Amino acid sequence: MIEPLHPALILLLGSLLLPLLPNGYRKVLLLALPVASFVNLLGIEAGMQWTISIAGFDVEVLRTDKLSLLFGYLFHLAAFLSALFAFGLQDRVQQTSGLMYAGAAVLAVFAGDLIVLFVGWELLALTSVFQIWARRNERARGAGMRYLMIHISSGLLLLVGTAFHYEQTGSLGFGPMALDDPAAYLILLAFGIKCAFPLLHNWLIDAYPEATPTGAVFLSAFTTKVAIYALARSFAGVEALIWVGAIMTVFPIFYAMIENDLRRVLGYSMINQLGFMVVGVGLGEGMGVNGAVAHAFTDVIFKGLLFMSMGAVLFRTGHINGSDLGGLYKSMPITTGLCIVGAASISAFPLFSGFVSKTMVMAAAVDQGHLWVWLILLFASAGVLHHAGIKIPFFAFFAHDSGIRCKEAPSHMLVAMGLAAALCVLIGSFPQFLYSLLPYPVTYEPYTTTHILTQLQLLLFSVLGFTLLQVFKLYPPELRAINLDSDFLYRRLFPGVVQTMVRIGTPVRDQVSIATKRWLNHLIIIIKRLHTPDGILSRTWLTNSSVQIILLLLSIYLLYYLLQRLP
Amino acid sequence: MKPPILEKKNHLFDNPRNVRWLRRALYVLCVVVVLIDLVYHRHLTFEEGIFSAEGWFGFYAIYGFITVILVVVVALGMRKLLKREEDYYD
Repeated sequence: MIEPLHPALILLLGSLLLPLLPNGYRKVLLLALPVASFVNLLGIEAGMQWTISIAGFDVEVLRTDKLSLLFGYLFHLAAFLSALFAFGLQDRVQQTSGLMYAGAAVLAVFAGDLIVLFVGWELLALTSVFQIWARRNERARGAGMRYLMIHISSGLLLLVGTAFHYEQTGSLGFGPMALDDPAAYLILLAFGIKCAFPLLHNWLIDAYPEATPTGAVFLSAFTTKVAIYALARSFAGVEALIWVGAIMTVFPIFYAMIENDLRRVLGYSMINQLGFMVVGVGLGEGMGVNGAVAHAFTDVIFKGLLFMSMGAVLFRTGHINGSDLGGLYKSMPITTGLCIVGAASISAFPLFSGFVSKTMVMAAAVDQGHLWVWLILLFASAGVLHHAGIKIPFFAFFAHDSGIRCKEAPSHMLVAMGLAAALCVLIGSFPQFLYSLLPYPVTYEPYTTTHILTQLQLLLFSVLGFTLLQVFKLYPPELRAINLDSDFLYRRLFPGVVQTMVRIGTPVRDQVSIATKRWLNHLIIIIKRLHTPDGILSRTWLTNSSVQIILLLLSIYLLYYLLQRLP
Repeated sequence: MKPPILEKKNHLFDNPRNVRWLRRALYVLCVVVVLIDLVYHRHLTFEEGIFSAEGWFGFYAIYGFITVILVVVVALGMRKLLKREEDYYD
């Protein structure tokens, strides 16, 4: 048997070959490399550890267990589906960086120590930004730059945290960490940025919708899921994460409701789904982490499917705002159907994939008696149905007829979406296969009569609420507008504060400098008066007066001496 | 971008009858799933005594319905506060 290679090697080195090849070969290789790399990955088993020595320093480049293998499989699947969706591309930049991006994600999840994780972490940032810049317009350039700065900062936090961690514990191991020293907090913050924790989330909302139609599909799969993996590896069972995750499931619902750009709506719904995973990680080993990674698995597929369907719409019509779209089911019936499968999956309808993963997190919350968390997650489940399950397909494909008539999505896009949709239904209908890959043994059974019934009641009445609001024309229309989010801080407030300071500060500085100049001028005049040829200090003094001064000084000294001697 | 040619072909939901039919199907489904509560005794998610409300008739249905209304109301309030022109940051 041939020894397997490092799982990230084929993707990373293979992607370097891509730009050298002519268009036709490049497309084929883009599809073939994830497959070859997956075959290689099948030769890798749980429990392996590879260490290499770089300049006398041992680096653990590979460490496998069920957790890292699951993410490894998932990223290969995502790379293949994304590459298939992007098969029509002729852009060397996007093809190369897309594949390298997948390789970076694989490198990060198999990292045995924090140094390798850091390399993967930064490589993720550097390679993914090209999916945004490849849009080649001014907005994308700005959004990409902000994205890059935030992700590089996350990497630097990780590096500083690693350095502190090494100093304190003498270990670079990437494993469970106790939240008891600054190093662990720095590392958690680095993970939190990539995981879109509340207030650190805005890079996702800002950047993903500016990516190319195919780029957003790549982006939706890797970065945030690597962060979920890292959290599950190092901070499983940290109780604060339960609440952080609960907040993440709730606040994007309101934003998604009033957002016009449908890919931005998907961005908000992504944070909502990540929230479920963070709650799962916070609930800790066993069912919590199982639920989190199962949901990461299904989310990559259905969120990828939704991003693909919106990418296809953008690709065909050039529009992505809800206010510009509508009635597209007439032109793109297959895309419509596949999008609805994605919508049903993210909404967790029975027989679709969300039903077997999202509810596992909720069951874990129930097991640990977290009533409030459960109520919040229930609210979030109904909310996500509303914006991702109904709003996305409704405003793109139905609603009022925008009059746009276009061709159906290209066949390679349809095949990619079809495969993703098939996986959503397969995983939803036969969850045992996914469950067997999970890191802990699964005792959870999603298909009980009560569960199916309660879920249907929750979801159908949410649909009913939406329908009645539409019928009575109470549903808020899609508006051509944007909504302020936390990027307001760094795009308006901080620059504004600096500008205000400059505006107020400039006259003050001018006044100060005028006053100083005036004062210096006076000083120079005085000095001139004293030192010019007829100034006091430049005059020639008589010997006479010198002797008098010396005499005076000596007398003062004598007096002082005598005073000292007095009893 | 102007639409090229508006087709004459009538599509599924161009006919208001079909839309009405779909809506009625939804109403019927809703009534059915909530009525099952009367005949089928649901297992409680939480242990006895922690959260009795979930056993009430139609708890999940009401919860889902209220969620949607609440989200719309709160989001409309947020829109008043947070809405800006599309080129706000440009």
